[in-house]
Amino acid sequence: MNNTEIVKQSLKRRYAREKRFQLYGRCAVLVGFVFLALLLTDIVVKALPAFSVTEIRLDVDVSREALELPVEGRLDRDAIIAVNFGGVIKKSLREAFPDVTKRKQKRELYRLVSSGAEFALQAMLVNNPDLIGDQPLRIWFKADDDVDTLYKLDTRTSRISDLQLGIIEQLRASDSIRTVFNTTLFTASDSREPEQAGIRGALLGSFWTLLVTLIVSLPVGIAAAIYLEEFAPKNRITDFIEININNLAAVPSIVFGLLGLAVFINFFGMPRSAPLVGGLVLALMTLPTIIISSRAAIKSVPPSIKEAALGVGASHMQVVFHHTLPLAMPGILTGSIIGMAQALGETAPLLMIGMVAFIVDVPGGIFDSATVLPVQIYLWSDSPERAFTALTAATILVLLGFLVVMNAIAIYLRRRFERRW
Amino acid sequence: MNASVTEDLGTSSVTEFDVRDPDRSTQVKGFEGTIGENTLDNPKISTRNVNISYGEKQAIFDASLDIGRNEVIAMIGPSGCGKSTYLRALNRMNDTIVGCRVTGDLTIDGEPIYAHNMDPVLLRARVGMVFQKPNPFPKSIYDNIAYGPRIHGLTRTNAELDEVVVTSLQRAGLFEEVKDRLDAPGTGLSGGQQQRLCIARTIAVSPEVILMDEPCSALDPIATAIIEELIDELRANYTIVIVTHSMQQAARVSQRTAYFHLGKLIEVGETNQIFTNPRHELTENYITGKFG
Repeated sequence: MNNTEIVKQSLKRRYAREKRFQLYGRCAVLVGFVFLALLLTDIVVKALPAFSVTEIRLDVDVSREALELPVEGRLDRDAIIAVNFGGVIKKSLREAFPDVTKRKQKRELYRLVSSGAEFALQAMLVNNPDLIGDQPLRIWFKADDDVDTLYKLDTRTSRISDLQLGIIEQLRASDSIRTVFNTTLFTASDSREPEQAGIRGALLGSFWTLLVTLIVSLPVGIAAAIYLEEFAPKNRITDFIEININNLAAVPSIVFGLLGLAVFINFFGMPRSAPLVGGLVLALMTLPTIIISSRAAIKSVPPSIKEAALGVGASHMQVVFHHTLPLAMPGILTGSIIGMAQALGETAPLLMIGMVAFIVDVPGGIFDSATVLPVQIYLWSDSPERAFTALTAATILVLLGFLVVMNAIAIYLRRRFERRW
Repeated sequence: MNASVTEDLGTSSVTEFDVRDPDRSTQVKGFEGTIGENTLDNPKISTRNVNISYGEKQAIFDASLDIGRNEVIAMIGPSGCGKSTYLRALNRMNDTIVGCRVTGDLTIDGEPIYAHNMDPVLLRARVGMVFQKPNPFPKSIYDNIAYGPRIHGLTRTNAELDEVVVTSLQRAGLFEEVKDRLDAPGTGLSGGQQQRLCIARTIAVSPEVILMDEPCSALDPIATAIIEELIDELRANYTIVIVTHSMQQAARVSQRTAYFHLGKLIEVGETNQIFTNPRHELTENYITGKFG
């Protein structure tokens, strides 16, 4: 047997091996893709109901008599605010369904409309006092979350009574019930009532927190990376620092939360639940990521460029800022944005510093109490009301959307800077 | 790979030879000091008893050599002989290498190169360098040339800067080829053009000496010929030290030639004499191709 034959025999085996390997690879990719698709489909399907909300139409008597306001004269704001709007709405419900007479049944009737309806009516009339008059108003009020679930998903929760079911049928027959786009989701903060809950508070909380993280970790991280890579003497101390930075990247994030609690809140007395503390904790957490990726980016700048600059008489500082840094920028930015994305999705350390509180107000700054998107997801996933399931999924979608946007920005920036030859 | 460090700034590239190793040191048989006219009257750069080591490894042993004004001196020798290391000692490019130590008397116009009051930045403005691989900045052709004058503040107005850029490109023989696209990236030029761009960048800061570390090793013969012609023209205004692996190139462009072998400066002489009548056996073996 000569060499050609031996090679020929082994060739068959070699090609088979390659094919097998390719098959494994394809399977691995497929498995990953299937899981991702399942996950996304599940979230999207669950989230869709949260983007619409059920409303019930009621004719409300807004005459001065009905509102128990003075019959003559100008109406001042405080007087309107003081009106018992809950009673007004209950009255219009009773008038719409005169058959309901028993006390218990009446209570069931009142529960059809969201408990936020009176505030909606109040806000409407306070902002437009001219609406008050003998002309009854035809208003769409948000339905209670159980009605919402029944109408949208055709799922009857245990809290829907037979009477309520009948009334909803009547409403349906008279076109007095509808679903509309749920703007509350984006304008309101957390609430105990699913139909009144929104993610605006968490969204802004995330924004303020990330702002603090960005402002603290980006300059500190990049400066540390430049110094360590370009200026620091290579000795035991810098080796020790490098090992510690690498170790820090592997520290569980909840430990950073404990650190934040001990240092920022207990020692420095910063406010609890504030984006300031959350941002600082997340900044500490992202620092190693930013430093490590920035150092790698700086290291990958070809030495020939640095030598060229040194050769025409640039100082060390000029070499770093005119040549090394611009060339390392895509890598630095990518690393930083990935670090930021990590911070955006972080929950555990924020639980430790009190950002898990139930906060109804929209935070106006870094000192206000706030919560963030992932913590909001955690909170809602824990709530018993059925409608919170959809809200949880919707929040996950929004968070994912943010992450996708951030990663897209990272990719765009990298391309953009790399194209500068 | 050359003994010295043109590509990576690590010391790894010098580990392939260890001139301190007793077995290898003895290979330089019959070395009893440099042969030939290694000293000159009124030299531009003078070096005496130069020893260079990277950590434990010594790369240059006791080299003494003068470099004259407006001459082209070629450094030749087999890979790992230390000629690039010696070259980089002349403008303190070795400073950036951790563990590199240079001892001996090195002066430029009588001023000690390694004195504390000699600023390496100023020195490198006076002693420019062209590297083995063309390394234009990832900027436009114009900005490549303008970078040096800008950081040193050599020009006051944009018009002056324009003039420096144009004359530098003209002297490097590149102007006609790129005059319509000065805003185009320097990295988009061909290899030979890039190397001429690097030469133009070097002469834009009006150095007194230009060090060239195998400037043509990455170029084709036509580009090489253009650069060699350019070196010959530049001699009128500059002192040029060129390290080369091509003996033909050394013979074509230089007036004097220095032959290095395993870290020792074996022989220095007129280029003609070195190539036609080498005095040392090692030089003869090298130029006749017995090793190298």
